[in-house]
Amino acid sequence: MQTANLLPLVLVLAVVAYLLAYSRSRAVAEPIGGIRNLKSLPFYYAARASLWCAIPALLVLAAWAGFEAKVIQAIVISSLPSELAPDSAGRASLLLSQISNIASGRLSPEFAPDGVVAAAELLETLRAQSKTFMTILVLLIAVLGASFAWTRVAPHVNAREKVEKTLLRIFFVCAAIAILTTLGIVFSVIMETFRFFQHIPFWDFITGTSWSPQMALRADQVGAEGAFGVIPLFTGTLLISVIALLVAVPTGLLSAIYLSEYASKRVRSVAKPLLEMLAGVPTVVYGFFAALTVAPFIREVAEAVGLAASSQSALAAGLVMGIMIIPFISSLSDDVINAVPQTMRDGSLALGATQSETMKKVIFPAALPGIMGGILLAASRAIGETMIVVMAAGLAANLTLNPLDTVTTVTVQIVTLLVGDQEFDSPKTLSAFALGMLLFVVTLLLNVIALKIVRKYREQYD
Amino acid sequence: MNTMNPTVTSEADMPEETLIPLQEERPAETVIEEGKTVGIPFADDPKFRLRNVEVFYGEERAIKNISLDIGRNEVIAFIGPSGCGKSTFLRCLNRMNDSIDICRVKGQLMLDQDDIYHTKRDVVELRARVGMVFQKPNPFPKSIYDNVAYGPRIHGLANRKSDLDEIVESSLRKAGLWDEVKDRLDATATGMSGGQQQRLCIARAIAVSPEVILMDEPCSALDPIATAKVEELIAEMSESYTIVIVTHSMQQAARVSNRTAYFHLGHLVEVNETDKVFTSPEHELTESYITGRFG
Repeated sequence: MQTANLLPLVLVLAVVAYLLAYSRSRAVAEPIGGIRNLKSLPFYYAARASLWCAIPALLVLAAWAGFEAKVIQAIVISSLPSELAPDSAGRASLLLSQISNIASGRLSPEFAPDGVVAAAELLETLRAQSKTFMTILVLLIAVLGASFAWTRVAPHVNAREKVEKTLLRIFFVCAAIAILTTLGIVFSVIMETFRFFQHIPFWDFITGTSWSPQMALRADQVGAEGAFGVIPLFTGTLLISVIALLVAVPTGLLSAIYLSEYASKRVRSVAKPLLEMLAGVPTVVYGFFAALTVAPFIREVAEAVGLAASSQSALAAGLVMGIMIIPFISSLSDDVINAVPQTMRDGSLALGATQSETMKKVIFPAALPGIMGGILLAASRAIGETMIVVMAAGLAANLTLNPLDTVTTVTVQIVTLLVGDQEFDSPKTLSAFALGMLLFVVTLLLNVIALKIVRKYREQYD
Repeated sequence: MNTMNPTVTSEADMPEETLIPLQEERPAETVIEEGKTVGIPFADDPKFRLRNVEVFYGEERAIKNISLDIGRNEVIAFIGPSGCGKSTFLRCLNRMNDSIDICRVKGQLMLDQDDIYHTKRDVVELRARVGMVFQKPNPFPKSIYDNVAYGPRIHGLANRKSDLDEIVESSLRKAGLWDEVKDRLDATATGMSGGQQQRLCIARAIAVSPEVILMDEPCSALDPIATAKVEELIAEMSESYTIVIVTHSMQQAARVSNRTAYFHLGHLVEVNETDKVFTSPEHELTESYITGRFG
């Protein structure tokens, strides 16, 4: 049976176990005077039975599915006659794909040596056997687990305690998945980053002011020396993010203050969802807007006042990105401001403070940690944003602070480096990982600093 | 009833003669005649002169045609069962009802010669004259000093730092808090005990030199000792301020007030000298309430 079919089957068994254990617990309770004489409610006995049915079976299923291919491959390779046995890992994988192609009928057996054909047959049989065996084993374990739990449906067994402990472990595993994934991403990036730094010295990377990652692929290629200095990229990222935050923080914050303190209920009920809709617009669409509407407009205005502006500019990207992150700031700040207790407002108003004094001196300071959180979230969105920049700010790695110039950002460069043909031993491709790592470290530092600030204020205002 | 109040063990503490035998049925609501208040609701040269006050929450009439005078430097207690409108009425006196959209106030409400609800009335100035202390202590999450200095700062009462220091110190002294906090004026106010917080709120209200202080169940969130301190404070403050206090504790009303007003379902049923209300109430509803038949 296919793994995909086995999974729902186990779940069905778990439901059956649930129902059976439920009715059994009621039956057990009947002669001793009702379910109040059981240690736990019938629900817990039933839940325990279905957990016992599903969890061990699913674990075995997962383990089997994970190791099946490797084990079968190892057996197949070792079955090969000695003259065909591969002498390197590369050859082994070549041979294995040949074998599996023959087994699946994509490759005609006549072109392969006899030993390989025999191995293909072996592969076929092993796969079939493995499937049968796995199906039987998993179903057996499911039934055994359920039967064990069935025997444990007794008045003195505290099923609630056991179920709650199991649930606790499941919660823990879920929490661990997020952390492990983050660690996994970091490690996979670190490996490639190290390889990059074997080609390019770390300090050249960090302090270089020129970015042009074209490497000569052949010895006779000209004009492609390759320069890997990240300063222009980080300047570009910073420039665009600062412009975006300059747009979004005041707008978002003031609209949050208006919505939470001044707007009538009707205005609020219309304006808030509309504002939040901004967050749902895909960034590509913002990109159109930036490239086709805002950037030409900026160029025209700049030319009208006698400034030189390129058709793609940091200003265009920054402005549109600022609009994109307004809802993060306004929506979060609005929630935080609303969370400040009404008693604070009353206290201030009763002392003769006006609404704006109350806002400025009481509500805003009390809400500041939360507002900082919103701004931080918006900032990390701005730093990580790629699409708008690709479309509106260009690809040229200029080291400039002039917002009317074309700039590029770290994320945009990562995209361009990893699009198209790649060579994983060329610094050109590897530099994308180094950039990613650096970006990760920078945003992490930003987070830590912001958290420190928030904590400091929180001590003061909570 | 404030169950935290130590002096209240049961309604049996009430003087003997107020105990009347239980009746079969509760007094019918028809005994209340709208706009009619027994006892002595009026005074000469009052601080507040309130006539035919009605408060609506949307369509619902929460205060029904109440007329009352509140004298200068008087402590008047508002008592009555929950939902009887006493807090609503209190909040009319400094227009704290304004922030509730659906709330409308009708009638004539005068503070000295000024109409409280005049369309051109400056609420800021009104609230500077009529301070308020709330049920739950609500210090701002700032330092103790900044809490007290908040009002004087927004009203520009101090020209120099030394003036402000003086106002803060004298307010804290009047609230009986100075000795407890003088060494930690920079500490955050939310770290104080509940009783200290409430006295800080009183100090904060005093700091803008109001003429009237409204108190909305100021002790209901406090322990007995803190309650005793606040009551002591009210007695001291009555020399310089007019105080209106809403309370659920009849013992508290009896201890701190000169006059007591009994509210029932939005009506002002009886206003009398406090002693008289608790010994020989004129209205049977008042009598039922203070003997613990309902409320």
